[in-house]
Amino acid sequence: MKKWLLWGGLVLLLTILALGLIRTQQGQIGVGEKAPDFKLVTFSGETYHLQELRGKVVVVNFWSSWCESCKPEAKDLEQAWRDYRSRGDVIFLGVDYVDTEPEAREYIDQFGITYPNGPDRRTDISQAFRIRGVPETYIIDRDGEIYHRQIGPFRSLEDIKSTLDPLLEQK
Amino acid sequence: MKNHIHLGIWVFLVLLVLVMLYPSRGFAQEPTPPDDEVNAIAKQLYCPVCENTPLDACRTSACEQWRGLIREKLQQGWTEEEIKVYFVAEYGDRVLAEPPKRGFNWLVYLVPPLAFLAGAYALYRGFTKWRISRSPSRPDSREVPEDEVGIEKEYISRVEKELENR
Repeated sequence: MKKWLLWGGLVLLLTILALGLIRTQQGQIGVGEKAPDFKLVTFSGETYHLQELRGKVVVVNFWSSWCESCKPEAKDLEQAWRDYRSRGDVIFLGVDYVDTEPEAREYIDQFGITYPNGPDRRTDISQAFRIRGVPETYIIDRDGEIYHRQIGPFRSLEDIKSTLDPLLEQK
Repeated sequence: MKNHIHLGIWVFLVLLVLVMLYPSRGFAQEPTPPDDEVNAIAKQLYCPVCENTPLDACRTSACEQWRGLIREKLQQGWTEEEIKVYFVAEYGDRVLAEPPKRGFNWLVYLVPPLAFLAGAYALYRGFTKWRISRSPSRPDSREVPEDEVGIEKEYISRVEKELENR
């Protein structure tokens, strides 16, 4: 009995360790994988559920006000949003990662960002996407699958458009 | 009439002096909490951006903003516990240096001491077995079969004979 208990405990411990290791070794979400569902409550109080956005192309951008490399792409993302907004089949969502609200709001004002932005409460969204840092951008297709993963900032507005356009052309 | 004017001036002057002497009511300015107070809370928190570096020792912009937030909350009269609760609500349990004692987190508290105890027990058992196996056997107490005794005697007498012949 004692022996069984010891072995059982050891197996349980090793299983937990193995699960933890698998989780940390998982890496980031890859292209073609299902995007994890999430709920984003924006700074202005609107709620967005990824699942409810099926049928639309969703651009999820992880950023932070303390992130220097997020700044150059902020204006380009906003410009892209303004250019695509009228189509109605694409939405941009900004997820503010590990940030403080006053600075985040300042950042939004500074770059004149108009697409929905909200804090990543309890870092749930970034953990679900297994991001490694900011900025990271995920383009999700109409079926909810990852179409493109951008680690680091987009280089320019053209860079964003050349990535998005082929997807938007698909019906 | 002249007297009335004089009286009025005097009353005005007296009132003016009284107003000037009356201690002005200052509005208490919230003191800026000292760094030590901020760091006392910061060292119990970890920013997810700089893993394994406590917030009080981390020099990134993100951590500076967090320390600023702690200072702001302290200035507003928040207690240490309220600030920690706020940070957990905003950024998750992983910001805490010590995970809260609930759910799977219990493993963090239970596994190390249990593993230590199990290891100590295994060592004790192993050491005891080793000591028993190393204790000197007493040949006198060994039961030797009758025929073995005969063979042994015969062998010894042969060795003695050969030694005598040399």
